[in-house]
Amino acid sequence: MKTLLAAILLAASILFATPPLAVAAGASMGEADARHLLNRTGFGATPAEVAAYARLSREEGVRQRLAGFSGRPQVTPPEVAFEPLHRARQLGEEEKKAALRAEFQKGAEIRAWWLQEMLQTPSPLSERMTLFWHNHFVSSQQKVKPARLMLDQNLLLRRHALGNFGVLLHAVARDPAMLVYLDGATSRRGQPNENFAREVMELFTLGEGHYAERDIKEAARAFTGWSVDRETGTYLWRPQAHDDGEKSVLGRQGRFDGDAVLDILLAQPACAEFIAGKLWREFVSPQPEPKELAHVAVRLRETGYDIRAALAVLLSTRAFWAPENRGVLVKSPVDLVVGSARTLDIRVPDALPLAFTVRNLGQDLFAPPNVKGWPGGDAWINASTLLARKAFIERLLRNERLVAPMARADGVEMDYEQGSRQQRQRVRDLREEFGKGAGRLEGDARLRMAQALSDIRFDSAAWLAGFPDHAAVARALLPVVPVVPPAADLQGLALVRTLALDPAYQLK
Amino acid sequence: MNRRKLLQAIAACGVPMLVPRIALAAGNATADYGRLLVLIELKGGNDGLNTIVPFAAPAYARLRPRLALKREEVLQLDERTGAHPALQTLQPLWQAGELAIVQSVGYPQPNLSHFRSIEIWDTAAASDQYLSDGWLARVFAAHPAPASYAADGIVVGASDLGPLAGTGARAVAIAGADQFQRQARFAAARDAAGRNGALRHLLKVEHDVATAAARIGSTHVFRTAFPGGPFGDAVKTGCQAIASGSGIAVLRLTLGGFDTHQNQPGTHAGLLRQLAEGIVALRAALQEIGRWQDTLVMTYAEFGRRPQENASLGTDHGTAAPHFVLGGRVRGGLHGAAPQLDRLDGNGNLPFAVDFRSLYASVLEDWWGVPSSAPLGGRFAKLQGLLA
Repeated sequence: MKTLLAAILLAASILFATPPLAVAAGASMGEADARHLLNRTGFGATPAEVAAYARLSREEGVRQRLAGFSGRPQVTPPEVAFEPLHRARQLGEEEKKAALRAEFQKGAEIRAWWLQEMLQTPSPLSERMTLFWHNHFVSSQQKVKPARLMLDQNLLLRRHALGNFGVLLHAVARDPAMLVYLDGATSRRGQPNENFAREVMELFTLGEGHYAERDIKEAARAFTGWSVDRETGTYLWRPQAHDDGEKSVLGRQGRFDGDAVLDILLAQPACAEFIAGKLWREFVSPQPEPKELAHVAVRLRETGYDIRAALAVLLSTRAFWAPENRGVLVKSPVDLVVGSARTLDIRVPDALPLAFTVRNLGQDLFAPPNVKGWPGGDAWINASTLLARKAFIERLLRNERLVAPMARADGVEMDYEQGSRQQRQRVRDLREEFGKGAGRLEGDARLRMAQALSDIRFDSAAWLAGFPDHAAVARALLPVVPVVPPAADLQGLALVRTLALDPAYQLK
Repeated sequence: MNRRKLLQAIAACGVPMLVPRIALAAGNATADYGRLLVLIELKGGNDGLNTIVPFAAPAYARLRPRLALKREEVLQLDERTGAHPALQTLQPLWQAGELAIVQSVGYPQPNLSHFRSIEIWDTAAASDQYLSDGWLARVFAAHPAPASYAADGIVVGASDLGPLAGTGARAVAIAGADQFQRQARFAAARDAAGRNGALRHLLKVEHDVATAAARIGSTHVFRTAFPGGPFGDAVKTGCQAIASGSGIAVLRLTLGGFDTHQNQPGTHAGLLRQLAEGIVALRAALQEIGRWQDTLVMTYAEFGRRPQENASLGTDHGTAAPHFVLGGRVRGGLHGAAPQLDRLDGNGNLPFAVDFRSLYASVLEDWWGVPSSAPLGGRFAKLQGLLA
């Protein structure tokens, strides 16, 4: 009954918030605010989306953004990811190698799939939050190996992306990729592995300083028995591996199992504060303002960890809309790549090449560098990544096609020594653009990469037609004034390119 | 404490086993970046046991029935230790006393993932500690190179900045001299004053790139012949950057391909040959411009490889390994402790004797004269007698 009511309310809110029907109660927020809201809660926005939100008040805009959530992807996940797992132990050395190569290819497919979803989704906030949780509940294909487990985890994260943090935490703790990544799968009575117990406190719920080493040791015993069926790649309860003795965690005693420990963690005030702080740094600014942050944490606790409710408070803070907080966050590689495509209405029928681009820029989806995730912020930018970002933009906006001269069917990487001078130059360009990994694609995937590259199109005339002047184009692309204002006579694609190469384009 | 434990403790402290203790100049207040540091990453994890070979240890031949190098194959260094024959071109350096081999370098609770273990080396972290800045970035944040320098450090042949990654260092990566100059046109030296934090950082990085691009030439013509292939190219690019004069404190080179899980012998020999020839060319080029006396070269890698060979004529991920330290002021010879093949851990891997952070401490204190405990997050005993 409750769910039905919620569904009706949700439907109503979508209906009434849809731009043509919406009657602005407060003042219209205008295009600058609309861009800010859309960029921070999604990945860029087309001029049409900006115009639609500009008519709403800030409150209506936030409400509409939050209402659009869908826990299911629009793009069908790649089929290969649903194939059965290999049992590595039964394979010979050659077969093992082949199986690993196959997982690399599947890994490329699930990366391409997720980026495609980010490009096409009607609810960019769902994708931003899924990515946020991917960087919170970190697992990496580097260790987990089967692409299918990574995909399953992604589907789990997106189901709960705007739901309840407590429910998500309990689900993630039983997620097979997580059980492999943090060694829960092999942890058993008598020899508990402390990896998950440590990270669940330090990185997933409380943050450092809110627990003792002893709490980790005791909690690790409680999580024993949660394992993975290697045949099916699903969660498996192994009662004989579980330590059901008395434990003492954060001042409470009992014969706790894993769920009981997670509930103890969720009951700590530090947990809501920790999550609220992380949401603040994702959406608002690098330095939370304690007073306003406290409201977000309180809301999170009062609602029993309703993520959507906390976001509603966060996006209504003074700080979120404050002029001094515009352009203070560094775009992640995904922000830059997906955001550019969405903002400029660039046609990307197949996102496979972009999977290698974001990886080359330092954000290999499904493979964060370690359990702490991508550090983000200023750390996204160093001499290598900044030049690689600009090289990508320059190529994307050079002549409306990503890498037209290289995209012929001669494949992505050929035998370097055998090729002609021109071919070698193409290979060099590709490596520069995508990193060496793109060269590991084989057979059909190579051809697909070549095709996907040649299909990327930007219609600059159509896009620019919506803007009355220079200044309007600059406002559409940059969150703050350009560091180097473009020459007054610059036009067309060259104007777009110049603005996108401005340092301010790296900010949101 | 029994005698063996005592010996291990001494070895772990980095006390020299073969070289007499030498008093070294006390650290200066300012870093002496006139002294160049060249780091060579052996990416993938070099097989230490087939690089510096304990040919006399019975366990070595037993663990490696097919891969073990025999006494008559190796370049003999002492009565129980030999070098892989592909390192032959390094023999003049060994004889000149300019090549130190530090054995059994590693760290406690070793991690066997490439990713994580190189991160531990790059950030000088403990096994369960996650740091975002590289150890050299932390050093340069506290002790920057002179403003007249082209950069604190340059990276050639890899796009990751490794130990130079972080917001504290002026570091640029040069995949190739041409590509760098081509891409550097995207960067300009602009004033960052009055900008917000993120934009200030962006403008600083652009400034670093533009400065380096303007000051690093690629035109110096060496008489030295550089070996062909990507590593030889990287050595040449690095030497040109050093020769162009305005100064760099660190050059980081990468030689990849050491992850030899299968058919190791040919691959490994080829890699060691490239390494040796590259080092010989580096030395010749730096002698040519009078810089060799002020150069310290050090190899590093995420780990060594497992003593027991695998079924594919290769080796799997291991732990401790020997590393090379070379230069005009290096005290050549064997340092550290021979691999303890009778004391393998639960994964069948070697114990370490010298913490890699002790090597870093030696570089910081004895080469540059800067205190090491702050950037390394603790006190690590220097390797005594490594530098003259």
